[in-house]
Amino acid sequence: MSSVTSRAHSLRQRGVFGANASDRVFRWGLFVFAASVLAIIVVLGYELAHASLPSMRHFGWRFLITSRWDPVHYVFGALPFVYGTLVSSFLALLIAVPIGLGAAVFLAELSPRWLRGPVSFLVELLAAVPSIVYGLWGIFVLLPALRPVQVWLGQHLGFLPLFQGPAYGIGMMAAGLILAIMVIPFITAVSREVLQAVPASQREAAYALGATRWEALRGPVFRYARAGILGAIILGLGRAVGETMAVTMVIGNRPDISLSLLSPSYTLASALANEFLEATVQIHTSALLELALILFAITVVINAIARAMLWSVSRGMAQGVRE
Amino acid sequence: MTSAPRRTRSRVWEAKRKAANGTMWIVACTATVAAVIPLVVILYYVAAHGLPALNIAFFTQLPKPPGETGGGMANAIVGTLVLVGLASAIGLPIGILGGVYLAEFGNNRFGWGVRFAADVLAGVPSIVIGILVWVIVVVPMHSFSALAGGVALGIMMIPTVMRTTEELVRLVPLSQREAALSLGATQWRTVFKVVLLAAKGGIITGVLLAVARIAGETAPLLLTTLGNSFWSTRLDRPIASLPLQIFQYAISPWDDWHAKAWAASLLLVLLITVLSIAARYVTRGRLRAVR
Amino acid sequence: MLDTAVMQHAETTAGADHPIKIAIAGLDFFYGRFQALRNVSLNVCERQITAFIGPSGCGKSTFLRALNRMNDVIEGARTQGRVLLDGEDIYAPDVDVVALRRRVGMVFQRPNPFPMSIFDNVAFGPRIHGFARGAELEDLVERSLTRAALWDEVKDILRQSAFSLSGGQQQRLCIARVLAVDPEVVLMDEPCSALDPISTLRIEELMNELKENYTIVIVTHNMQQAARVSHVTGFFLHGELIELGPSAKMFTQPDDKRTEDYITGRFG
Repeated sequence: MSSVTSRAHSLRQRGVFGANASDRVFRWGLFVFAASVLAIIVVLGYELAHASLPSMRHFGWRFLITSRWDPVHYVFGALPFVYGTLVSSFLALLIAVPIGLGAAVFLAELSPRWLRGPVSFLVELLAAVPSIVYGLWGIFVLLPALRPVQVWLGQHLGFLPLFQGPAYGIGMMAAGLILAIMVIPFITAVSREVLQAVPASQREAAYALGATRWEALRGPVFRYARAGILGAIILGLGRAVGETMAVTMVIGNRPDISLSLLSPSYTLASALANEFLEATVQIHTSALLELALILFAITVVINAIARAMLWSVSRGMAQGVRE
Repeated sequence: MTSAPRRTRSRVWEAKRKAANGTMWIVACTATVAAVIPLVVILYYVAAHGLPALNIAFFTQLPKPPGETGGGMANAIVGTLVLVGLASAIGLPIGILGGVYLAEFGNNRFGWGVRFAADVLAGVPSIVIGILVWVIVVVPMHSFSALAGGVALGIMMIPTVMRTTEELVRLVPLSQREAALSLGATQWRTVFKVVLLAAKGGIITGVLLAVARIAGETAPLLLTTLGNSFWSTRLDRPIASLPLQIFQYAISPWDDWHAKAWAASLLLVLLITVLSIAARYVTRGRLRAVR
Repeated sequence: MLDTAVMQHAETTAGADHPIKIAIAGLDFFYGRFQALRNVSLNVCERQITAFIGPSGCGKSTFLRALNRMNDVIEGARTQGRVLLDGEDIYAPDVDVVALRRRVGMVFQRPNPFPMSIFDNVAFGPRIHGFARGAELEDLVERSLTRAALWDEVKDILRQSAFSLSGGQQQRLCIARVLAVDPEVVLMDEPCSALDPISTLRIEELMNELKENYTIVIVTHNMQQAARVSHVTGFFLHGELIELGPSAKMFTQPDDKRTEDYITGRFG
């Protein structure tokens, strides 16, 4: 313990943040750790940009719209991957949003108390299953199950460009399905929190006017929760875009652009997983790194938009009543 | 109700309202079932295919050469433990101490910049983080290594741990800090002894959840640890790990390896379930940290 | 059908032009195992203002919410006894709660307008019940806002968000919202407790106007308010109705000593 004199001494010197030496070291130490996060992001951005310079210089803007990816002849274009990433992700959202929102409504509004815990635990567990396990299941269970379905689709709806071509199970449809399963728990969890954050007084006011549960939900509750739910969906999109292993195991990994859901495809993330270690030529590696840069940029933008929506929700609710 | 209303209400209208409400119920319940079924199906297959292949050899022996049956995944199991340990050693200090900084001193532009960076980092695909570590660790070292894998996984842990820590440290009431400070404690002592102790449960939850997340990650390990069919725990050499092994076995042509992939998946899923339950158990009855 | 206690109250307050609107007989209410209301019996007469006072936690708000079955939304809530609206028990098994709540409306303690425009707030009820559309709806909204003494202040800003109004205006908006579904009874749960004195007076004036056409039941912490606006006042304590009678009498010469103690401020 410090003596009386040194305590008196430090009384004079101590400011709001504790001006004595050990506290200053403490504060600076913490600062360094916090700053390292900023450093990581900065380094990430820099390294990706720097390493893709050769590719950027060589291919220029045409890189983004070239649809050929040919490592043998050194022709590289990002379009097949951007297409594959966006289409598989939107396909996933198409399936995941109704299911995820429906489950969120059930958990937030309709479920009896005793059921809520177990069901939300199961949904959480779905989010915790690793991507590789989804991929394993995808290869050995989903694909064989999809094949007959796809054959049927090709036979009966084959006049649509969506269902043309050979049906091997592997391809865009499988990727979309697996992504959907992986995204559902995110949408459910975030949407449910948003719904639960709507003040009870809003629901009460609606019920007191004679509204049914559905009318209260689609009226004031949804108005309140609108931005947050949109944020949840966009967050799910971000997850789908970055997903690697499960997709790479079922999508076929062929850089072709095709309207058909039955044809194999390629996403930015799975291209990186597949080809990065095989690339021996510098231009190949650089092109891959440019793909990584594109993927990074897409996810940063998507997540920023999602966070902005979610943040506006908490802000909007705080300024609800003026007095 | 049979009393005459003051306004004429159409029977059809009322029936439509009831139908709409009923439809909502049906859709929501169906959606919930649809959301839960995939989990049940996946867990079933993992258990059904994985259990038969789990035996003593699985835990104690090294992999046999491709094409031969038998052997085990001892190196991968240990490898995963090594990587998780490494990742924690890197990710936890940065996450926890960074979170403490944000909670205590972070109400300025720098703090918001750090928070934004952590959010961005949380959204970066794991493969891209693998690429980053490839550039800054693997290339200079001229070798794939356990260290690189640990760094990659550690980076991935940071956002979760940081966010949880910050929220929980903030929740510790001012009165606790004031009590300590008024007894003459320095600020760092206050934080370490009083505040962190109070937030301990929640921080542990954040750590458990972060570990659960990275234990199953494959993509970053593809580019940093490469994988290893032999026994190795050296930090500067490639190392085997469960997720990577599952991937390699899954895409191989051999049934024996497929079976082992299921077994390893079962192990991973069990590990993650236990961690998730432990995380919930720690915060049972307490305030759950808001996202 | 009605027990003696209820008949006594009927004699004191009912008359030819104020028939009984709601008759409550032996009402018990439980939150799980806790009994919040014990054997409450009384009458509410048409086109009168009936006020209920009592210390915090005495069950008066719970009682109010029992009148339009708002307690149903609480898990673990159980109601026993009868509440007769125009002679029909609202807790009978085949009752359409949605229709009940249209006839018995409620205004809450804190103003809770929807995150929509002023117009949409008032139009919400008529829209879901299918009352009116288009020009008819606009007329209905105008009439409701006029009856709530708010029309002049908002007629030019109908499309603006309801949150742009002051607290007192928001509460009047909530009243207009209830009036728009054409209720027979309006329940008010401490409607002025979140408002400033001037807004409070305006709402009390409003209550006086409204009683010409609607039956009003209010719960209030403010005894002066109860004395000012109501015809009949009831005193609740620990979930029991201690005394009910004409307001003039209740505040000057109550029968029960507990009522007198509360009114003179000896507790509560």
